[in-house]
Amino acid sequence: MAVIKAENIGLVYGAGTSFEKTALSEVSFEIEKGEFIGIIGHTGSGKSTLVQLLNGLLKPTDGRIYLNGKDIWEEPKKIRNVRFKVGMVFQYPEYQLFDETVYKDISYGPKNMGLSEDEIDERVKKAAEFTGLKKELLDKSPFDLSGGEKRRVAIAGVVAMNPEVLILDEPTAGLDPLGRDALLSQIRDYHDANKNTVILVSHSMEDIARVADRILVMDHGKKIMLDTPKNVFSKGRELEKTGLRVPQVTKIMMLLKEKGIPVNQDILTIEQAFNEIINYLGSKAEG
Amino acid sequence: MVRDITLGQYMPGNSIIHRLDARSKIMLLIAYIVFIFVAGNYVSLLLMTLSSLLIVMLTRIKFMMYLKSMKVILFVVIFTGILNIFYGTGNVLWEWQFIHITDGGLSNALFVTIRIATLVMVSSILTFTTSPSDLTDALEKIMKPLTVFHVKVHEIAMMMTIALRFIPVLLEEADKIMNAQKARGADMESGGVIKRIKALIPVLIPLFVSSFRRATDLAMAMECRCYNGGNGRTRMKQLKFTVVDLVGLLFCIVIFTGVILCNIYFKSVMI
Repeated sequence: MAVIKAENIGLVYGAGTSFEKTALSEVSFEIEKGEFIGIIGHTGSGKSTLVQLLNGLLKPTDGRIYLNGKDIWEEPKKIRNVRFKVGMVFQYPEYQLFDETVYKDISYGPKNMGLSEDEIDERVKKAAEFTGLKKELLDKSPFDLSGGEKRRVAIAGVVAMNPEVLILDEPTAGLDPLGRDALLSQIRDYHDANKNTVILVSHSMEDIARVADRILVMDHGKKIMLDTPKNVFSKGRELEKTGLRVPQVTKIMMLLKEKGIPVNQDILTIEQAFNEIINYLGSKAEG
Repeated sequence: MVRDITLGQYMPGNSIIHRLDARSKIMLLIAYIVFIFVAGNYVSLLLMTLSSLLIVMLTRIKFMMYLKSMKVILFVVIFTGILNIFYGTGNVLWEWQFIHITDGGLSNALFVTIRIATLVMVSSILTFTTSPSDLTDALEKIMKPLTVFHVKVHEIAMMMTIALRFIPVLLEEADKIMNAQKARGADMESGGVIKRIKALIPVLIPLFVSSFRRATDLAMAMECRCYNGGNGRTRMKQLKFTVVDLVGLLFCIVIFTGVILCNIYFKSVMI
């Protein structure tokens, strides 16, 4: 059964006033348990709005959202339980840190869930390990950490709630390439180890292509497609219409193919491209 | 919630009031406020109220906006009105133990209510028709003589400009942080006063931290552009007195003279 099911959801800001603005319209999709979904779209395409709808921070003006088959707005008073199940890491989450120590900050979410001290302790330590935070950092003030470490603390704060679905909104924005790669691999490792559902929002095709099982493409508040990376990138032309590009390596392979070099163009990462080209050169040398 | 407050919000336009020099608007507003209090009877107060209504019409801003700005201080108006009912002399209309309502009291209450409503209306005219930057520029010019007493006029004006500029930014930031903490299960909508205040800590601390960060960034950016205070600084938009200002001044003088004359020839209300 689908973990999350969206049925014709739409959101209009300031309905009935002169500031009326449609942020999202008629979006439907299903996300299966344990999937890694990437959501992509350029600025203002409605991707951030979409994920805030999924964990009940915004209420859709149209349509319904189901979590494990249950409408999340069925009991508006219990929306907090939905937020515990659908964890959300915002853009630049390091600006939400507030407590005296890293340990206390990570335990804020679990505490709100009303867990026991032992359980909280276990979860904080596990979350810190997952996000690659060293043990000695736990007793430091979050304000003394570096930018990258702060972001890990903030992500750990949501991971510690052990959500069924983890949503990350542009988690790699503003990180250096090394930090970005490390963070993406950790998110993928977390997903593989826990078998839970992860939704990653990004505008970088490279990032999404590397980790996602399926990609949801958004444009002007509408769903354009939801498919595997290979299928999505094979529709390169359609993507370009929405202002998005296929990853650079994929583009290079496509161009090579156009030049008459028989390479596979379903290539998503540099490693794959490297192997493919080596293979081709090897076969050429033999022949 | 916070965004609905219209008190002190600039509404761009090109009416005759918009075109008045910000300095004359401020000075005339102060004079107007003084004369609202000088007006001692219904005739002179009516003169003030009607003339402010005329100016409101000249701004070509929907009257609804003025009513909205009054909504914010509605409580103050009602409170002072009710309080005034019980303080007054004259014929007793109703009595219960130590409370007695007199016709003088009722009249006082009505008078004070009209007075405050007019006060808010004229103040709204200034903030509705003057952009914050014009307003602070004008204040700087008006306060210039105070530099003799070593008042840092330019610095004060600059601080006001920056504060006004960052109100929407901070509101947006507060909204974002609140959402982030809600996503971590923060409960800000239920519980007693103490619990609610405690629930705000995770919002206020990040807000303070980011305000300081912004302040540092802004100071750095200003220094990079060689900002070093007001000395020798020129302006792109110069404030200029025009014929419109002269007309405005004459209009006010006529009204003020009328108020003084009415005060002399009619009996005072407030006892």
